[in-house]
Amino acid sequence: MLRRRKRSEIKESQNSGTQSDSEEKKEKKTNSVVGKSNESSDDLNLKNKKKERRKSWSCVDSCCWFVGCVCSIWWLLLFLFNAMPASFPQYVTEAITGPLPDPPGVKLAKEGLKVKHPVVFVPGIVTGGLELWEGYQCAEGLFRKRLWGGTFGELYKRPLCWAEHMSLDNETGLDPPGIRIRPVSGLVAADYFAPGYFVWAVLIANLARIGYEEKNMYMAAYDWRLSFQNTEVRDQTLSTIKSNIELMVATSGGKKVVVIPHSMGVLYFLHFMKWVEAPAPMGGGGGSDWCSKHIKAVMNIGGPFLGVPKAVSGLFSAEARDIAVARTMAPVVLDMDVFGKQTLQHVMRMTRTWDSTMSMIPKGGDAIWGGLDWSPEGGYECSPKKTKNNNNQTGGQNRLGDLVNTSQALYGRIISFGKDVAELHSSKIERVDFRGAIKGKNLANATCHDVWTEYHDMGIGGVKAVADYKVYTVGSLLDLLHFIAPKMMKRGGAHFSYGIADDLDDKKYEHYRYWSNPLETKLPNAPEMEIFSMYGVGVPTERAYVYKFSPSPECYIPFQIDTSAEGGNEGYCLKGGVFSVDGDETVPVISAGFMCAKGWRGKTRFNPSGIRTYIREYNHAPPATLLEGRGTQSGAHVDIMGNFALIEDILRVAAGATGDDLGGDQVHSDIFKWSERINLRL
Amino acid sequence: MASILRFRKLCFVEPVKCSKLGFQSYDAPKFQKEEKESVSAIIEQVLEEKKKPKKNRQQREWRCIDTCCWAIGYMCTAWWLLMLLYNYLPPNLTPESPGTRLRREGLTPLHPVVLVPGIVTGGLELWEGKPCSEGLFRKRLWGGGSFTEIFKRPLCWLEHLSLDNETGLDPPGIRLRAVPGLVAADYFAPGYFVWAILIENLAKIGYESKNMYMAAYDWRLSFQNTETRDQALSRLKSKIELMYLTNGRKKVVVVPHSMGVIYFLHFMKWVEAPTPMGGGGGADWCDKHIKAIMNIGPAFLGVPKAVGNLISAETKDVAFIRSVAPGLIDSKTLGLQTLEHVMRVSRTWDSIISLVPKGGETIWGNLDWSPEEDYECHSSKKRPLQSSKENNSNNSDSRVVFSVKDPTKYGRIVSFGKPASELPSSQLSTLVSKEVSSSSISNVSCGEVWTEYDEMSRESIRRVPENKTYTATTILDLLRFVAPKMMQRAEAHYSHGIAEDLDDPKYDHYKYWSNPLETKLPNAPEMEIYCLYGTGIPTERSYVYKLSASDSCKSIPFQIDSSADGSSNGCLRGGVYFADGDESVPILSAGFMCAKGWRGKTRFNPSGIATYIREFNHKPPSSLLEGRGVESGAHVDIMGNVGLIEDVLRVAAGANGAELGGDRIYSDIMKMSEKIKLGL
Repeated sequence: MLRRRKRSEIKESQNSGTQSDSEEKKEKKTNSVVGKSNESSDDLNLKNKKKERRKSWSCVDSCCWFVGCVCSIWWLLLFLFNAMPASFPQYVTEAITGPLPDPPGVKLAKEGLKVKHPVVFVPGIVTGGLELWEGYQCAEGLFRKRLWGGTFGELYKRPLCWAEHMSLDNETGLDPPGIRIRPVSGLVAADYFAPGYFVWAVLIANLARIGYEEKNMYMAAYDWRLSFQNTEVRDQTLSTIKSNIELMVATSGGKKVVVIPHSMGVLYFLHFMKWVEAPAPMGGGGGSDWCSKHIKAVMNIGGPFLGVPKAVSGLFSAEARDIAVARTMAPVVLDMDVFGKQTLQHVMRMTRTWDSTMSMIPKGGDAIWGGLDWSPEGGYECSPKKTKNNNNQTGGQNRLGDLVNTSQALYGRIISFGKDVAELHSSKIERVDFRGAIKGKNLANATCHDVWTEYHDMGIGGVKAVADYKVYTVGSLLDLLHFIAPKMMKRGGAHFSYGIADDLDDKKYEHYRYWSNPLETKLPNAPEMEIFSMYGVGVPTERAYVYKFSPSPECYIPFQIDTSAEGGNEGYCLKGGVFSVDGDETVPVISAGFMCAKGWRGKTRFNPSGIRTYIREYNHAPPATLLEGRGTQSGAHVDIMGNFALIEDILRVAAGATGDDLGGDQVHSDIFKWSERINLRL
Repeated sequence: MASILRFRKLCFVEPVKCSKLGFQSYDAPKFQKEEKESVSAIIEQVLEEKKKPKKNRQQREWRCIDTCCWAIGYMCTAWWLLMLLYNYLPPNLTPESPGTRLRREGLTPLHPVVLVPGIVTGGLELWEGKPCSEGLFRKRLWGGGSFTEIFKRPLCWLEHLSLDNETGLDPPGIRLRAVPGLVAADYFAPGYFVWAILIENLAKIGYESKNMYMAAYDWRLSFQNTETRDQALSRLKSKIELMYLTNGRKKVVVVPHSMGVIYFLHFMKWVEAPTPMGGGGGADWCDKHIKAIMNIGPAFLGVPKAVGNLISAETKDVAFIRSVAPGLIDSKTLGLQTLEHVMRVSRTWDSIISLVPKGGETIWGNLDWSPEEDYECHSSKKRPLQSSKENNSNNSDSRVVFSVKDPTKYGRIVSFGKPASELPSSQLSTLVSKEVSSSSISNVSCGEVWTEYDEMSRESIRRVPENKTYTATTILDLLRFVAPKMMQRAEAHYSHGIAEDLDDPKYDHYKYWSNPLETKLPNAPEMEIYCLYGTGIPTERSYVYKLSASDSCKSIPFQIDSSADGSSNGCLRGGVYFADGDESVPILSAGFMCAKGWRGKTRFNPSGIATYIREFNHKPPSSLLEGRGVESGAHVDIMGNVGLIEDVLRVAAGANGAELGGDRIYSDIMKMSEKIKLGL
């Protein structure tokens, strides 16, 4: 800029005003034409000069030129983007697809809905942001920057450093020395997971439309890597939630709160409800009527009450078909070779230090998830047949008759080695018990040392023993996990339990490790409370896996999903080594709905005060066009947070409606039929 | 980063277009010239000539853009290179932070810390707005990010920042709320730290979000209204109680800054008062929960800047809106009436009234007297006086010898015309402003009323300067005269007097709670109160005004007479008298309560809470690399002062005032305080 200006000044002094250096030459040229009659020779001279000039226009210059072009275009676009009115995208969308329906917040505000009950959000696993408070040298300059959530920029820049910071201590399940990673607090913790990828943002925006704001909305952010009780031990998160709920109830004139947990947050809040009632050192000392005094409704979204099979494959081989834990949101990131060849090992090493993943191991054993030859979902048809809206169970039962003859997927076998094993009748499978097998000596040779998983302590003998058992149900699965990862399971076993209680009044159930298992706890004594189970259906969801040996078991994870195992006839649910069943892509219907459909319905031993439960299912309808983004009728695990019908339900309840006002149950799947098959003493 | 890019784009994209146009328009006449002057040439040659230029022109035209692109590319590359180099700079260039040093000494977190931000530094975000603010839901309109919205839609922005003129609360249809959490005020604008450095240093010795809390509140509202609308005080109370419990029953250390200081005073009275007006914490709440209050740059007794801002929306270098974006406001983004707009908006903010000087003439001086009158603006280096009386008196003696001329009459906070600010009071013709009847004949031609000046007749405006000078007591009358509605609204929330009898039941009302001269400190003998502030920077203390030249509608009738310059002690510059302070708060306001008002057992401090004064002499940053300096004493920059950070860290880790070394004084605050005659 300066240069150009200077030049033009010079030119002005020479002759009439010109503006750029290219004109300058022209000027010279005309001058010379005037001055001399010998034009042709002059012309030659000029040409030569120009050639010299052009030669000096070298590689560097053209590089600069290119950069300049790109920059200018970029800026221009940026400028246009910034100058664009905010309503432009919506205008385009409406022009193409016709007028959009009003977002539920606007619609209900017109109906006259107003703020009533304060709202508490409990985010699930992986969706909450984590930020760095203290780190090693390699994390210099990242103080209070997000390591998890946001752009994940650091993951690309320094992957190993990132993985090191995200891991917890292998022994204690708490911070490793010298590293402090803490949850981001406030609504920003989980409104967007990555730029543009909403989690809670749509719901928050709609609540704001009917008058909610920061003072009556609270995001109960916690460090989702820790076991639930450890969030209290380390961060006093449970105390903070208790204090905030009490504050909101007090400042909103005694209105009870509506709690909206999502995914693992559902278990976290179960844990909270037990914690808050328990006496002081272990619990929050709120007394047995705390919940009935402070909570109006718990609206569980996509709740994995009984665990998710994905967690198993995540722990077993760090691969769940499209996600379990770390991979949930950033599958591309983790499939890339950011860590070199051993991405999965690094991921496994990192995720195995996270106690919280163990909270989602399927609970209830064979009684819930099915044994070798039966499963509650047996007879489910995967072919995309339109499921009718069955407001009662009869529709489901009628169809049962048709399906008896088709070969049924044996969902109970959550892990089978080989496709044939997955289908054989149980009497024909030869199994060798792995439990007594001697683990071989440590075969980790020097090349493997940089990546540690407990598989290296197992040796070939151990690995083989695992495969020889052929088939695992949920009941034997725990033994398997104890066998392959004893340290991790020992750590996790102190915090979580997966059984079914025989006698809920047993003293041992006062320990916190049982609090997040709905089958080993009683609901609080709060007859006026309501529990909603809201989840998507109609998306194939992982339910059981076919495994095989990994080709080179020395340094790698010795097992992997046998992606070649494909289903036979139509309606058979095996695809890419994974048996899938109805659900919301992550949580199978049985896990999300069983407690509300049967376990807690009416007065049962798990629900002594008869808290009313409602099932609200949302059938998945993929977004019609790309412009819709992630859809307003999605039933997928996270995308359901943008489902208009679900948002409307929440808004109505927050504004004072009860479950009956919403219309009671809304069922699309066979949940009632399946629940009936489960033989659980109530 | 984005804003830089945008700025550069503005610079560069436009010239590309311009030069292109310029070139084309320039081309045509050249050919004519050429043809005229080469008459003798052969036609073929002419033809040849014609062809060639065409060819050349194409090339050249291409090359013009080309050159521009080249230049831009060059700059981009250079910029990136610099950025890269900057990123790879070894971090050791910056001196070791106090946090790292104290950690080595073995300091660990003991007491939870509560940060109370001041005015303007807290972020505000939009929760509900008019159609013009579409797409800004939960985006910051104030603080934090860049203020890009001001440029994009200035009027919309101003409309949303205003409060309701009558109630001092939200206007209908607009909800602007304080950003919660540490992010509320860590950075005011990208790169402009407020609390960030302190937070980082606290984190170095082990603090994290569970034992550090930012008590963000909507700084536009009056203090009691933050409770009425947002329950901000209840939240603060609940949060302090929670931190107290979850951190092993350790009392909290409160660190308020600027206006946050009086906000926290208000909080302490509120929390003790019975519900419904108060928080119902009982008389021993503060004793049970608060270990120390470390007031940074406290505006206990108000700041004269607030007066300048209220009367004419201009203060020398900034007080409120202008504090951070001076270039912005002086530019013509909002048309010609920037200041009027600013005044209109800021007058709806009750909180500004809380900063009007308190204590009247007793504290701030009258027509002929002021506590700072001996202050010399050119005085150079001052030695630290570790609160030793002898040293103090010696110093003052020597000072008396030097100051031969008349002392500056700081007491006259607003004077009309330079002579009025200097004459002895006997020669001033004083009218009591109350006699000026407000014959409010609103000028119909002005249309929409913007500020209350528009409702005043020009005559009554002209009678304001007849009074010549206003002191801290009469300034309130002046404000009531020029802005009756605003003062009526605000005076329900604030009081600016001195209590005769603190036990009078009227002082139970919340309007007195933020005035240290009309409240008693809580009954908490173990608590400590610190006054930490910068000194050594000329700070606005009083103003010379004149009638504004333009008599048109919607203009502010008064403005600072920036031609009034130089006086006896050199304290008058550009119509403003300066005194010692931290650029915003004069030391009198920051230090008096700790130096005298609360020292020992006084009627304002019945339980004898220990007070400490910690002054930090201003040292400008020695090099550019230091940024805003690590030894700054300026009002906001002091938050990065290593001495101050060390004090805060030590107290948070358990030290008490005596262990810090008691008072640390550079200014004449003790002497000034002694001159103030206040019944204690």
